[in-house]
Amino acid sequence: MNDQSQSSPKTDRQIWMAVLARAEAKVLHDYFEAHGGLPVFQIMKPAETGTVMLEGRAGGSGRRFNAGEATMTRCVVRLEGQLGFSYALGRDKHKAVLAAVLDAALQDTAQHDQIMRELITPLLQQHNEAKLEASRKAAATKVEFFTLVRGDG
Amino acid sequence: MYVAVKGGEAAILATHDLVAEARRGDVSVPELSVAQIREQMKLAIARVMNEGSLYDEDLAALALKQSQGDMIEAAFLLRAYRTTLPRFGSSVPVDTAAMAIRRRISATYKDLPGGQVLGPTYDYTHRLFDFALMADGVVPEVAQADQPLDAVMPRVPDILGAEGLMESELPPQGDPAPFDLTRDPVEFPADRDVRLQTLSRGDEGFLLGLAYSVQRGFGGNHPFAGEIRMGEVTVEFVPEELGFAVDLGDITVTECQMVNQFQGAKDIPPQFTRGYGFAFGHSERKAMSMAIVDRSLKARQFGEAALYPAQQEEFVLYHADNVEASGFVEHLKLPHYVDFQGELELLRKIRSEQIERQSTQQEAAE
Repeated sequence: MNDQSQSSPKTDRQIWMAVLARAEAKVLHDYFEAHGGLPVFQIMKPAETGTVMLEGRAGGSGRRFNAGEATMTRCVVRLEGQLGFSYALGRDKHKAVLAAVLDAALQDTAQHDQIMRELITPLLQQHNEAKLEASRKAAATKVEFFTLVRGDG
Repeated sequence: MYVAVKGGEAAILATHDLVAEARRGDVSVPELSVAQIREQMKLAIARVMNEGSLYDEDLAALALKQSQGDMIEAAFLLRAYRTTLPRFGSSVPVDTAAMAIRRRISATYKDLPGGQVLGPTYDYTHRLFDFALMADGVVPEVAQADQPLDAVMPRVPDILGAEGLMESELPPQGDPAPFDLTRDPVEFPADRDVRLQTLSRGDEGFLLGLAYSVQRGFGGNHPFAGEIRMGEVTVEFVPEELGFAVDLGDITVTECQMVNQFQGAKDIPPQFTRGYGFAFGHSERKAMSMAIVDRSLKARQFGEAALYPAQQEEFVLYHADNVEASGFVEHLKLPHYVDFQGELELLRKIRSEQIERQSTQQEAAE
């Protein structure tokens, strides 16, 4: 997902959490609909909207500074033995619950492969394709400027 | 001084209805949806998010709709909403070197690694009306290059930095957490983090005017746009309960690196110095203005005499915030009856004393 990231390679869980954070609630909802509805789970921390302070660095590489906040929503659930967490930009509480349930389910080895195959991998692929398309559109506006030699030498 | 007054409830309620009617305009014209504003007024959304200091495109769109397009009122709505929310923490500093670039230009290097990418810009349009937009706008088929852009594009100042000709931008010892003006009062002299946070949420018009003044000679810098880049960056957050970084999603940002000539001083060799601009959304004018003002506020660091407004940090930082500024200017609309009554009586008293004095003097003269 974050193939240009500065940080170390991502774990499986970081990858699926990143995919879930970017997903639309409807896609997650439809996934459960297609698989017999939501499983039974407990809410440990109800979905809550707050903010995250976004930090930047002076010059891109220097001193940290606060650039402003963004809305974010988080949720914690328990599904059988697993705790599931979700964190995403925005204010979608319904999505936060669904993503947390999926995070818990993905930690269960019995369900992991199927959810990866049917939901996470296709979403990741879509994201990468959209990114590639945006990059190719930008690349079509790449220019070569020529400096003209002035005067008669 | 403003003194509280009572009364006028019915009149105030009536204004709420009246403003709702004014906002809606001609009801035979279809109503704007928040989603339409979000998708089709992106640059306005960006400005509201910057000055409201909250990244949320839906809320910024709602704010614009509610305020009838009044940017400062919209920013005020975002600021007010923000105060109702808990803060979950701070992000990992965003890495603009890893930006998924949609636009990236340099006015200092024509052949820079990764290339000049114009992206979606009005720079090369003729500023002639496109009357087709008054009818049904048809979106043209957009060209796609065979190859995407380079996955990683170096930031332009980092290229010159390798030669030691560019002022370096490195974190101070220990990479300290930044100052937060939403929690602590600003004190002077203000450090770079305080200045950058204030400029980030500062009014675009105010910063543009200051940047313009610098260029026109009221600030002594001659800036080059070393690089402007715009695109999407990932926001990472480390929840305490997990202890590892998770992606929260992506945001669109614009970054500007201004480069300025510097003659050098006693302890500093001649080099290029830098100003930095960073803004939410596609906000080039804001990012460029911020970068110029950031550099002019480094006057103290480079031993430059702060002769002009754009170099004086108290002046700039105390007046950049348009929500505070409009609050203070516009509070003059509120009832000041007691104050005014006091002044009126004082004036009458002085007048009558003056008249009395004059007549006594006249009598004495006679």
